[in-house]
Amino acid sequence: MGKIWARIKKDKWAYLFLLPSFIFFGTFFLFPVVWSIFLSFMDYQVWGSSFVGLDNYREILSDRIFWISLRNNFFYALGVVPLWLGKALIISALIFPFRKSIQTFFKAVFYMPHVTSAVIISMIWLWIYNPPFGLLNYILSLFGRPGVAWLGNTKTALPAIIAQTVVMGGGSSIVLISAAMNGIPTHLYEAAELDGASKLVTWFRITLPLLRPTILYLVVMGTISSFQVFTQVYTMTKGGPQFATTTIVYLIFEKAFQNFRFGPASAMAVVLFAIVFCFAIIQFKWLGEEIEY
Amino acid sequence: MVKGKVTIGKVLIFILLLVLGLAAILPLYWMVATAIQHPTLTMQFPPEWIPSNPTLNNFRSFFTRPHVWNWTLNSIVVATSVTVLQVFLAALAGYTFAKKRFFGDQFLFWLYVGSMMVPDQVTLIPLYLLMSKLGFLDSYKGLILPGLAGPFGVFLMKQHMSTLPSELLDAARIDGCGEWGIFQRVVLPLSKPGIAVLAIFTFVGQWNAFIWPLIVTSSSAMRTLPVGLALLQEEVPMQFALLMAGATYAAIPMVIVFLSFQRYFLEGVTVGALKG
Repeated sequence: MGKIWARIKKDKWAYLFLLPSFIFFGTFFLFPVVWSIFLSFMDYQVWGSSFVGLDNYREILSDRIFWISLRNNFFYALGVVPLWLGKALIISALIFPFRKSIQTFFKAVFYMPHVTSAVIISMIWLWIYNPPFGLLNYILSLFGRPGVAWLGNTKTALPAIIAQTVVMGGGSSIVLISAAMNGIPTHLYEAAELDGASKLVTWFRITLPLLRPTILYLVVMGTISSFQVFTQVYTMTKGGPQFATTTIVYLIFEKAFQNFRFGPASAMAVVLFAIVFCFAIIQFKWLGEEIEY
Repeated sequence: MVKGKVTIGKVLIFILLLVLGLAAILPLYWMVATAIQHPTLTMQFPPEWIPSNPTLNNFRSFFTRPHVWNWTLNSIVVATSVTVLQVFLAALAGYTFAKKRFFGDQFLFWLYVGSMMVPDQVTLIPLYLLMSKLGFLDSYKGLILPGLAGPFGVFLMKQHMSTLPSELLDAARIDGCGEWGIFQRVVLPLSKPGIAVLAIFTFVGQWNAFIWPLIVTSSSAMRTLPVGLALLQEEVPMQFALLMAGATYAAIPMVIVFLSFQRYFLEGVTVGALKG
């Protein structure tokens, strides 16, 4: 014990420098995470809480809406992630042959929506999707198509939110993929050119395989962030119509802050944590692999 | 691959990219176009792509709504305080992890990195209960404090400060510089690019933050701009000219920040591989 104390004393500056950050990290992050797990086994009431074992988990697992929210969230992730990635891969490939300054210009254009709050983006799309006067139905009418209540219809509401996310997103993926593409040695491309390979073949045979770690990273991070979608749902549909756009985080929000059922809401948060954790493990396991040129 | 040679193919790709780029920012353009349009003209077919008779009246009516100035002030206060404090805390901790060996260093750093995998939503309910016990609900303290807790800044600063040459710090130590002096006079000035990246991302992130400010505030005067706007949308769902004026007003500061510090944004994405 004395030995450890002597080391701690010797390193006192390190602890002193770490302390301010750790106080906030511990109080407002670590402690809440642990508390959240406790809450999921409790019946929380202002006047006193009681331990209820797995009751909260039983409750949410037999809750039809919880399963709907899981299904919606998987559907959302399956829609958003591949489309984001496809968009980013195509645009990165298109800007690659240009000068640095032109590349930067386009990266900036596609990144721009990222600095705008999701609330604002959602408000704009509420306007674009608006049934009588929105831009989208106007454009459809030019082709003689009838208008659609995009967000008021159980069939189109979730795809509409996915489409909105895809159109506005993908900017940071473009930046990352471009950076990875610039890291690929040029002699590989020169060799391919000498062999008479077309641009498309070169992209599929050289660029795509070498981008694998970046793509895996983007898939995992994209999936994790898809499972945290909230703002679009809150602003555009409030989870409706008939739970067609209710996602996990939206349901947690509703359960906790509108129904004040903190126990079951915490159990849902723990399930969300578990899902995200699984994806994070995948990333840790496979991302370690380095590419050798 | 030959760069810089102009061919027909490249010109066509350039035009295609311009079209795609325009499509990507079309929604933002439509926001501004609606914001300067006469409210009655937004409710007619066909819509005007370019408002024939632009007006600033929508902005005027937006500013006459209750508490708009409070929302603006709250957003500025919260984003600025979190940024300044977060940069200070993260720089100090990041420097310690990057350049100092001490008992428990690996475990503590692992704790920070591991926490980056925890979705923020997991802490929402306990944080709310904690803030309620502390009496910080609906206050600046409640808005600001959780923003200082995230592990990401420490990780980013550690990554950046690991690249500083240790010889320089040793030289300063030999010259009789104290530990605080080394941090303040050697480490901080050398870390400006990393600090700029962290500061900009923190500021934008806080300015646009939604779910926590929505939960922790309850009075209209304590809302931040995004929360205020979302609630205004609920109140007057069909007044799109007014709503778009408010949206434009809240978006413009971030667009200016982005255009002025574009380099740091693109750099920050690559360095920290940020989410989003």
